[in-house]
Formats: sequence, structure tokens, C-alpha cells
Amino acid sequence: MSTRSRLIICVLVLGALHLGVACAGFFAPYDPATQDREHPYAPPMWLHFLDAHRGIHLRPFAYAQESQTGSFDEYEENRARVIPVRFFVSGAPYRVLGVLPLRLHLFGADVPVYLLGTDGYGRDLLSRILFGGQVSLLAGLIGAGLTLSIGLCIGAAAGFWGGWKDEVLMRVAELFLALPWIYLLFAMRAFLPLAVPPVKAFLLVVVVIGAVGWARPARMVRGIVLSAKERNFVRAARGFGATGGYLLRRHILPETANVVLTQAAVLVPQFVLAEMTLSFLGLGVPEPLPSWGNLLASLQHYNVLVSYWWMYLPALAMVPFFLGYLVLASLLQGSSRATKIEVASAGV
Amino acid sequence: MMRFLLRRLGHAAFLLLGVSVLAFAFSTLAPGNYFDEMRLNPQISAERLSALRADYQVDRPMAVRYARWAVALLHGDLGFSFAYNTPVAPMLWTRARNTLLLTGTATVLVWMLALPLGVWSAEKRGRPADVALSWATAVLLIVPDLALALGLLVLAVRSGWLPTGGMVSVGFDGFSAGQKIRDLVLHLVLPVTVLVASALPVLLRHVRAAVAEALEASFLRAAEGHGISRRRLLYRYALPAAAHPLIALFGFSLGALLSGSLLAEVVMSWPGLGPFLLEGILARDLYVVIGGVLLSTLFLVAGNFAADLLLYWADPRIRAEAAER
Repeated sequence: MSTRSRLIICVLVLGALHLGVACAGFFAPYDPATQDREHPYAPPMWLHFLDAHRGIHLRPFAYAQESQTGSFDEYEENRARVIPVRFFVSGAPYRVLGVLPLRLHLFGADVPVYLLGTDGYGRDLLSRILFGGQVSLLAGLIGAGLTLSIGLCIGAAAGFWGGWKDEVLMRVAELFLALPWIYLLFAMRAFLPLAVPPVKAFLLVVVVIGAVGWARPARMVRGIVLSAKERNFVRAARGFGATGGYLLRRHILPETANVVLTQAAVLVPQFVLAEMTLSFLGLGVPEPLPSWGNLLASLQHYNVLVSYWWMYLPALAMVPFFLGYLVLASLLQGSSRATKIEVASAGV
Repeated sequence: MMRFLLRRLGHAAFLLLGVSVLAFAFSTLAPGNYFDEMRLNPQISAERLSALRADYQVDRPMAVRYARWAVALLHGDLGFSFAYNTPVAPMLWTRARNTLLLTGTATVLVWMLALPLGVWSAEKRGRPADVALSWATAVLLIVPDLALALGLLVLAVRSGWLPTGGMVSVGFDGFSAGQKIRDLVLHLVLPVTVLVASALPVLLRHVRAAVAEALEASFLRAAEGHGISRRRLLYRYALPAAAHPLIALFGFSLGALLSGSLLAEVVMSWPGLGPFLLEGILARDLYVVIGGVLLSTLFLVAGNFAADLLLYWADPRIRAEAAER
């Protein structure tokens, strides 16, 4: 398979994954904030095709879970109560991409079915993971976009102007590179307000993450601009009287496209992880808005960690996305050795 | 040599200065401080509050506070913790020592693994062993640190094989020296594993790339032609030729390990800088946060400085360049 077709497949798979999360409302059976106080910490229900009498059902079904008397988190499967799962049912209202209001869900049942169990408030974990993905991935994507725009501007400016401006900008970049980046993230987050409404907190986190990582892309863009500036076709254009802005736009910045794209593939998962870390530590997106990070926060309690293994599942939600972006980055870095080294070190 | 040293030292000092200014600037731009929370407490009178504010001088302009703090810093004073009501420095030093123990162990281990494995897979490049190893590193690379740390913690808690929190067991002071070391090592296993697993794949890939490139060089072909043994070829000829990018990488790996240790410390409740810093942030304990960030930068800068020295020693090109200037 050629690199090109591999790249196309990789992008398609990643696109499908993101589309799945963007349509979280459709794949999730319930609203992520709906609480079922009767079923706190309900374990995942399995879907069955074979019933107790070895009869085969074409329609998958689950057994009802009934809480044990005298205990709040112990359940027993009631083999007598069969819950058939129905597809394309109407349920809790949601909006696709925040605009299109819909009620259609991929599956549902008359009695709540929790495929991945519930959390301490009886909220469906599957729905929360799917909706949490929207928050975490969006934070990563916007953060990466922000970082790359800042990096592109600063790198292009430093490389194109040169002289003392270049010197100053690169010294500042070194400053940002010198700090361990999670500490830097912390330091920036430390002095911003702590208790804020979820949406504002989300924006805050995105801005903080986006503002931290610009130094590395800026240095890479600067390097490319420096060499592109001296290329013959650029000098020719300059000789014909092209202005600085035109040169940058038309001739120099297109040269950086490859590096910027590769950096994007490296930065997005890194920033999703940054959001997860911040939210996990209680500095990021707060409840009730789910994010992959704050879904894991309850694992800091010893009893949750020991008793409810399914609460760990949100940690694995990131893995297919990481894989996709890793493959994408290694395909994008292509044959040029310089970018290869930079991509690898960007992961450090 | 002296000039080279001075240049690098000046660079390090500049970085530390910049970071401290940056941290201070963020703190002034930020809304609210430690005493704003107190205002909501009816048991603290307005006079007491303004007296406290005057005591801690939170209302002075930033430049003044920065100058006073910087002067104090030169005397080894990192400021005063509002929340603990004691000087920051002694608290910070114990925490920093613990973080150093953790990251130091992890750094040594990760390089001890990355170097031989990287050289080995570079030698076998393209063959099944190399492919298998690169798959293994890819798997490590796609599992997020957080998932790894929590997963290991779940395993440890469920199996009960390893202690899962803190740095020492209850009754540590009564242990004999041998028991103390054993206890400490057992507590180190989990966080160090997390750190090594998160840093290893990237380092391994670098070592492999650098050594593989060196192996392509014609002087190595010549050495091979002279019948020099495979082992000597790899470690005596190829590795030194690949040393330059690897030593530069050493500084970066320190940064990654420091960042990673913050998360591992919080998850595994290791009493290092990470949890301390987190507490400081949540309590808006200004000087704790600035001190913690500055100290972590100091570690990193010191590591980079050591890497520079190592580079000077290992690479004659750097020596020649430094002599010319």
C-alpha cells in the first residue's frame, strides 16, 4: 500500500472515531446528567443472545439488576426479568454538534440498561464517556489549533524579520521550553479563578493548554521560514517587488504546511491528555459536565478504585484516538529526516 | 572551557530569572488571593484581615513584591506559606528531595533500559526482533500515562503485592537500616514503573534512530571490514558517534520525567513536589506555587547544564567551537 492510501485510510478512521463522539447523543442511550438514584455503582450489564433455556434470541437482551436489600451497591441479576434491547428508539433529547435537536437513539430499553455500569449517582457510564469525549477532544483540538496559530505567527515573525526581534522571541520560547510542561500548565492554571461555571472553565482550560505549548512549533516554523526565505523563487519574487506580507502568504508559509500538520497530529493527543490530567486533578472541567479526566477523578477514592472496576473504563477511551493520531503523525512525517527527529522529540 | 561554562551558566541564570518573573506576573494578573477567601469567614474581622494583608504585603505593587522576594531568595528564603503559616523553603526541600529520589531512580533506570535496547534494535533493524520491539513501544506510547498509573494502582490494590501509597510504611522510624531500604524500594516500584513506561518508548526510538544512522556511516563499514567484533563495533564505535543527539535528549527526558512524576506522585500519593504544588494551587498559596515551579525549573536547568558539560566532554566539535569563540 502506498503512503498516500494509508494516509487516507488513517484519516478516514480518525474521522469516523471523531464523528462517533460528535454524535454522542445518538450512540449514548441516556443523557449524561440523568441520575438513577436506585442504581448507584451498578456493574456493567452484559448483552445476551442465549437465554437460560438455551433458546437463541435474535434480539439481544439483558437481565434486570435488582439491588440487594440492606446494601446500596450490590446487585443481583434477575434471570426471570428479561429486558429486550430495542434499536432506533426515541429517548432523551439531545443536540448533534450543539445545533440539531433530536430524540433518536441507537438503542434503548423499557428498563434502564447500563452497558458499562453507572457511577455513584447512577449516571450511565457509557453515555458519560461518549459525551465526555466531546469535551476532551474539543479541548485538544481547539488547544492544538490555538498553539499552532500562536506558534506559526511567532515562528514566522522571528524567522522573517530576524535580528533582535528574532533573538527576543526565541529567548522567550526557550523559557517556555525550559519548564516541565505540566508544571507550566499548573502555574498558569494556579492563578486563574478556581470555582467557575463549567463552560467558562472549559474555555479557561483550552486557553491555558493552548498557550503553553507554542514554543516548539514556533521554533520549527522559524527554521523552515529561515531556509525558505533564501530560496531562489522567493528571492526572485522579492526582486520583482513583492511585499513582505505577500511573500509570507504566497511563498513562505505554504512551505511550513507539512510541519504544521505533523505537529497537529502530535499535539492533539498530547493536549487531550493535558485536559484529562487537569480535570483529573480537579483543576479542569468541573462536574456535572463530563470529561474523560473528571470521570476518572472518582478513582482517587480508595474504595471506588477497589470496588468498582468499570469506573476505570474512561481511561481506555483515549486509546483508539491515540493510536490513530500516532499512525497519522508517523505517516505525515514522510521522508524528511529533519521533521522526523523533531516529531519524535515533540513527544518527550 | 571557562568561557563555555560561563556562557552556559549565564544562560541557566537567565532562564531561572525569566521563569520567576513569569510566575510572578501570572500571580499579579490573576484575580483573587489567599485572603479573599478569608473575607467570607465571619470569625475574622475586617481589621484583622487588613492587618494580615499589610503583614504579608499582598497589596504592594508587583515590582516591589518581586524585588523583595528575589532579595530574600538570595538568602535562601522562598517566602512564607499562607496556609501552613511557616516559611516555604524547608517544606519545599523535603518534598523536592522525595521528587528527586523518584525522578532520579526513574532517569537512571530508563536510560539503562533505553541504551542497550536501542542499540540492539538498531543492530537488528528491519528484522523481526526490531519490529516486535517497535510494536511494544508503540503499545506503551498509545496508553496514556494516567491510564497506566491508575491501572497499575488497581492491579497493586487488588493483588496486594505492593504498597500502594506514600513513601514509607507505618512504623518506618522503628525499622532497621536494611528494612528501611527494602520498604523504600517497595514503595518506589509503582511510581517508577509508571515513569519508566511513559518515558521509555520515546527515548528508545531516539536511541535506535541515532545508532542506526551511525551504523550507516562509512567509518563503521571500514571498522567492520577490519574484523572488529560486533559488540565492540556497536558500543565502542557506533554509540559514541551517536552520543551528541542522545546527550541533548537527556535534558529533554528530564523535563518529561519531572512532568510525569507530578502525575504519578498525585496518583500514588508520593509525598513529592506534585501533591504539594496541587494543594498550594487549590489554597491559592502563592509562594508555595512559585517556589515549586521555580524548583522544578532549577532541576531541569541543572540537568541541562550537566548535559552541556557531558557534551563538552564527549564531542570534540563542541570543544573546538568553544575554543574558537
